[in-house]
Amino acid sequence: MMLLTCPHCGARDAGEFDYVGERRDRPDVSRATEQEWRGYLYLRGNRADWTAELWHHRAGCERFLTVVRHLGTDEVRG
Amino acid sequence: MTRPARYSAYGLARRGLTGAAWPPAWRAHELRPSYDVVIVGGGVHGLATAHYLAAKHGITNVALLERGYLGGGGSGRNTAIIRSNYLTPEGVRFYDRSLTLYESLAADLNFNVMFSQRGHLTLAHSDSALRTMRWRAEVNKLQGVDSELLDPAEIAGLVPHVDVSDQPRYPIVGGLFHPPGGIVRHDAVVWGYARAADANGVHLHQDTEVVGIDVVDGRVRGVRTNRGPIAAPVVVNCTAGWSSLVCELAGVEVPITTYPLQAAVTEPVRPFLDTVVVSGTLHVYVSQTDRGELVFGASVDPYPSYSTRGSLEFTEGVATHVLELMPALAKLRVLRQWAGLCDMTPDFSPIMGRTPVDGFYVDIGWGTYGFKAGPVAGETMAELVATGTTPELIAAFDLARFAEGRLVGERGAAAVGH
Ligand SMILES: Cc1cc2nc3c(=O)[nH]c(=O)nc-3n(C[C@H](O)[C@H](O)[C@H](O)COP(=O)(O)OP(=O)(O)OC[C@H]3O[C@@H](n4cnc5c(N)ncnc54)[C@H](O)[C@@H]3O)c2cc1C
Ligand SMILES: [Zn+2]
Repeated sequence: MMLLTCPHCGARDAGEFDYVGERRDRPDVSRATEQEWRGYLYLRGNRADWTAELWHHRAGCERFLTVVRHLGTDEVRG
Repeated sequence: MTRPARYSAYGLARRGLTGAAWPPAWRAHELRPSYDVVIVGGGVHGLATAHYLAAKHGITNVALLERGYLGGGGSGRNTAIIRSNYLTPEGVRFYDRSLTLYESLAADLNFNVMFSQRGHLTLAHSDSALRTMRWRAEVNKLQGVDSELLDPAEIAGLVPHVDVSDQPRYPIVGGLFHPPGGIVRHDAVVWGYARAADANGVHLHQDTEVVGIDVVDGRVRGVRTNRGPIAAPVVVNCTAGWSSLVCELAGVEVPITTYPLQAAVTEPVRPFLDTVVVSGTLHVYVSQTDRGELVFGASVDPYPSYSTRGSLEFTEGVATHVLELMPALAKLRVLRQWAGLCDMTPDFSPIMGRTPVDGFYVDIGWGTYGFKAGPVAGETMAELVATGTTPELIAAFDLARFAEGRLVGERGAAAVGH
């Protein structure tokens, strides 16, 4: 079992949340090259390391939150 | 060099009667300072590539580097479903070649891989699922693959204990039946390829981790390992769940996300289930092994990770859904569960062939469905490395397809029914 801490609701079972994806900046569509846009669509860091992620508290406050998780161990930071 | 002896009925009888020890199935070697080809990853893909390089193309100065033990990755953890009833013509042709290779693999490798073509059944619980199946059946038949729709009464005749009434929350409305599909003994496939590659002179190095890849002027020059450097003009990445990390060592970006996938088996019971049964709606599949255990599987875990811990959520979910399909299994006990890593791609198709780094090839993106592809992937990757020409069968699976918008969408045929 993994606990995630929602800033609104506190520590909850990860089953209450949906994983959305790694946090990344969306390029400006009007200025992005095709390569930048395809990279944004398909490429991920996927490192066995600390990663900032976007999660959604589906069965709680329904807010989005950032979770910093180690993908090698599933430890969650602070 | 002495070749290991072939397995035979005579050898079995002689060793049985005299008690003589069996020789190891493959040998250990010192690292050579250079090889013609270095293969990273000792699962079915790396081993099959090594085998076909040696057996079909006479390229034997080959090193296969495995960080742990052979078959310790997905190849030793999968549920061994073999089938070719995919959704796209490219997918169907490719997986069907693999199924054909599996049919003669035991004889080709002189190793019993226990391929059992017991039939593969995917259930539909909605009209839209049935529509996709009708589409799949037509694509399959056009490619010469045996695949047909069944109605609930036919399903009840094929699979004992399955609830085809209107009582379940998601009643069964039909199914896609694929008679040539089945299951194989996954460890035997790994060991069979390893033994055959070793017999032809390939060096299989276990406990050998690639920690760096040398690239000079856009060309690969070799790899660095925990046992020292190796020079090589060709490096093939066959590391599945870890493949984006190995690509990063060569500076190659790939659209891969690593997810754990879990499975479980029950205590053994008398054989009653021939067919492999899959339900996309319920996110489960069931098959019975030769030992009588029921194997349960599902779709990947809900978030990416390199951790292979099992979860209670998985066992609970899979048990609930299996009981919806087959209420009679309620008294069975789950014996063990485990997880392996899956290298998921955006379109549920693999990434095979060249990369922007000359001499650095990939055979990755095998997700939840790559065991069945081991033979054809080994055959085609060996041909690419030996001839320099990309075989027609894998042309659609190139890395450039993501930048060029040519995805090969197999989600509808591969998300649950690996
Ligand atoms: C639970 C489960 C069920 C599945 N069910 C099915 C199924 O029914 N049918 C099907 O077709 N597929 C199935 N799959 C998918 C299948 O197991 C994989 O796609 C397939 O085994 C991949 O084989 P591979 O040889 O590419 O990789 P692997 O067998 O994963 O081998 C990769 C190897 O690379 C090694 N490695 C990694 N990094 C390094 C490094 N830096 N240096 C050296 N070595 C390294 C690893 O130790 C590993 O042994 C399932 C997977 C799982 C987890
Ligand atoms: Zn909340």
